[in-house]
Amino acid sequence: MAVIEANSELLRFATAGSVDDGKSTLIGRLLYDSKQVLTDQMTHVEEVSERRGDGFVNLALLTDGLRAEREQGITIDVAYRYFQTPRRKFIIADTPGHEQYTRNMVTGASTADLSLKLLDARAGVVEQSKRHAYIASLLRIPHVVVCVNKMDLVDWDQGVYERIVGEFSDFAAPLGIENLTFIPISALEGDNVVDRSTHTPWYTGPSLLDHLEGVEITRGLDHADARFPVQWVIQPSAARAPDYRGYAGRVAGGALAPGDEVVVLPSGRRTRVAAIDSLEGELDTAFAPMSVTVRLEDDVDVSRGDMICGAGDPPTAVRELTADVCWMAEAPLHAGARYAVKHTTRTARAVVDEVMSKVDIHTLESGEAEQLALNDIGRVRLRTSAPLVADPYARNRTTGSFILIDEATNDTVGAGMVLDAA
Amino acid sequence: MDTSTQPTLTHLRALEAEAIHVFREVAAELERPVLLFSGGKDSIVLLRLAEKAFRPGGFPFPVMHVDTGHNFPEVIEFRDRRVAELGERMIVASVQESIDKGRAVEEKGPRASRNRLQTVTLLDAITEHGFDAAFGGARRDEERARAKERIFSFRDDFGQWDPKAQRPELWSLYNGRIRRGEHVRVFPLSNWTELDVWQYIDEEGLEVPSIYFAHDREVFERDGMLYATSPYMELIDGETPFNASVRYRTVGDMSCTGGVRSGAATLSEVVAEIAVTRITERGETRADDRVTEAAMEDRKREGYF
Ligand SMILES: Nc1nc2c(ncn2[C@@H]2O[C@H](COP(=O)(O)OP(=O)(O)O)[C@@H](O)[C@H]2O)c(=O)[nH]1
Repeated sequence: MAVIEANSELLRFATAGSVDDGKSTLIGRLLYDSKQVLTDQMTHVEEVSERRGDGFVNLALLTDGLRAEREQGITIDVAYRYFQTPRRKFIIADTPGHEQYTRNMVTGASTADLSLKLLDARAGVVEQSKRHAYIASLLRIPHVVVCVNKMDLVDWDQGVYERIVGEFSDFAAPLGIENLTFIPISALEGDNVVDRSTHTPWYTGPSLLDHLEGVEITRGLDHADARFPVQWVIQPSAARAPDYRGYAGRVAGGALAPGDEVVVLPSGRRTRVAAIDSLEGELDTAFAPMSVTVRLEDDVDVSRGDMICGAGDPPTAVRELTADVCWMAEAPLHAGARYAVKHTTRTARAVVDEVMSKVDIHTLESGEAEQLALNDIGRVRLRTSAPLVADPYARNRTTGSFILIDEATNDTVGAGMVLDAA
Repeated sequence: MDTSTQPTLTHLRALEAEAIHVFREVAAELERPVLLFSGGKDSIVLLRLAEKAFRPGGFPFPVMHVDTGHNFPEVIEFRDRRVAELGERMIVASVQESIDKGRAVEEKGPRASRNRLQTVTLLDAITEHGFDAAFGGARRDEERARAKERIFSFRDDFGQWDPKAQRPELWSLYNGRIRRGEHVRVFPLSNWTELDVWQYIDEEGLEVPSIYFAHDREVFERDGMLYATSPYMELIDGETPFNASVRYRTVGDMSCTGGVRSGAATLSEVVAEIAVTRITERGETRADDRVTEAAMEDRKREGYF
């Protein structure tokens, strides 16, 4: 086994596919072929395969988590898997494919650098593949990889593959996905998963694993300008460190350095960064997604929920915003409803002024709507009880996102992406 | 900044940044958190991350150890020393006391373990101190049921976990709202693997209890695992103690934690061994997970760590 470097990069990807497209098999295969499956896990899989009468070692069982799922034989919730190669560590958010689980797909996609979709070569592009691609684009995942699976069942026919690539590319074109890649595979037999297959001489691209190891991890626009939501004020007892006042948080965009001019929002006070502290001492710079502690030159009033921003192009503090919302609760969202909104480190109350439109999940077209039901995605106008310091989601996935919380049940009921803050 | 020259973090530093963020969110949004410290490698990493999150301030929560009374003495010695060095408060919740008070009943027979009883002591301590959040060192790579657990994992009045009623966890926006009597288990190391933990310990130069390194010990073999002979373990017919060079991959109760044969005497030798290991940590050394296929899931539902 290759030596694993402590300094490899981290790539998070989300998987999606309709039931039976072979997602569990593919993930099992990636883990197995990259030698992440350990003896006792494999023994377990062999035992269960035999008990179920699968007739072969069912790698899909490797990724099968909870009891209820094992009983039903389907994946029902987001599960996280890990594997590592000498170049990268991977976190997989494995999301189930059923129609009613749009919320899980959105959850998995929210932190992903890459989205991996599976299609069954025999079925081609189905309605659900379109929905997956739409969600990947809505959540601004920079890379989308489409694996055309079960190529062994269509005799490795290049024509079948090309038709699927063409059809998928056509409908995905208007979605504006930054980097769309196709790979013909057999998850069951491992073709083009880790190693290039001899069955596809007509395919010149990389294997799936080569692609995953090679794609650029774009933090992209997140680096445009400094964004530092304050999580916690460090003000130690006199015995530990008298007169110390530092603002602890995680850089959400851009970079900060001592001497930088900053503006604290929503107050609008300007000052400079005096120092950036870490347990190891002062740092020359802090960039996304580092967790650090910032000290400011002037004694301005800063607390949790405030955002320290680069003075160059700060966001605006707003109390009204337009956003795309994925609805995750049984009780629908409608105009007039009130929720708690959590945005960066700030929580406020929000009232829905208007449901502007809803996306028809079948045609992906927007139409008028009165409300958003479970798993609907639509556009709403919100008014908040306190100003939010927000960027458009298209510019920054951290400062442009929020969740809605039902204050009666404490449930997270909506995932929001800011379109326009004004 | 030009995006083509953007700096990136190594995977360990990215995981570290995520965990520090989680610590600070909990401190800010919950009223009475506690950090569960076992003296094991995962909780040692938690302590370091808490330092990174809150220094030069003190921790905004105490540290708590659920002591089965059957711990390795090396681990207890290490625990006391480490907490004293940090100058933080520690609470020891004792399983022995739960037994003495009649809250828990000692298991009988040669396979008896206090592992399961810890749940009672833990839940009682959470109630007694009014804790609403407990940081734990669990990782999703440990076990299949954990793979679906959220970073913020909710427990009802009875400490139970309901895998079907988990809140969606989006971006890095955690919803820590709870009702009276409920609490949330928080797992900042959710996305770490065993190897990540060891590499981090190595990079940070953290001290770990000596039992993690190969040492000579009197052991006996049961179910393919090597257990330390101790006053807490009865031998079954046919089991004979012998000496072997072993190290431990976890530091649970002596009655359910087995060692592995190893010659790895330094951190880098341990890391090298882990990197090529073919058996998962729990499968190899924790008898408590081997009972049934869904053993961990069942215990988690009851309120286990
Ligand atoms: N012939 C063939 N069968 C496959 C392939 N990938 C998956 N399958 C089979 O398709 C079925 C569904 O696979 P599974 O991984 O459980 O699908 P999931 O529902 O997407 O997780 C199983 O019977 C697999 O063995 C493939 O590449 N070729």
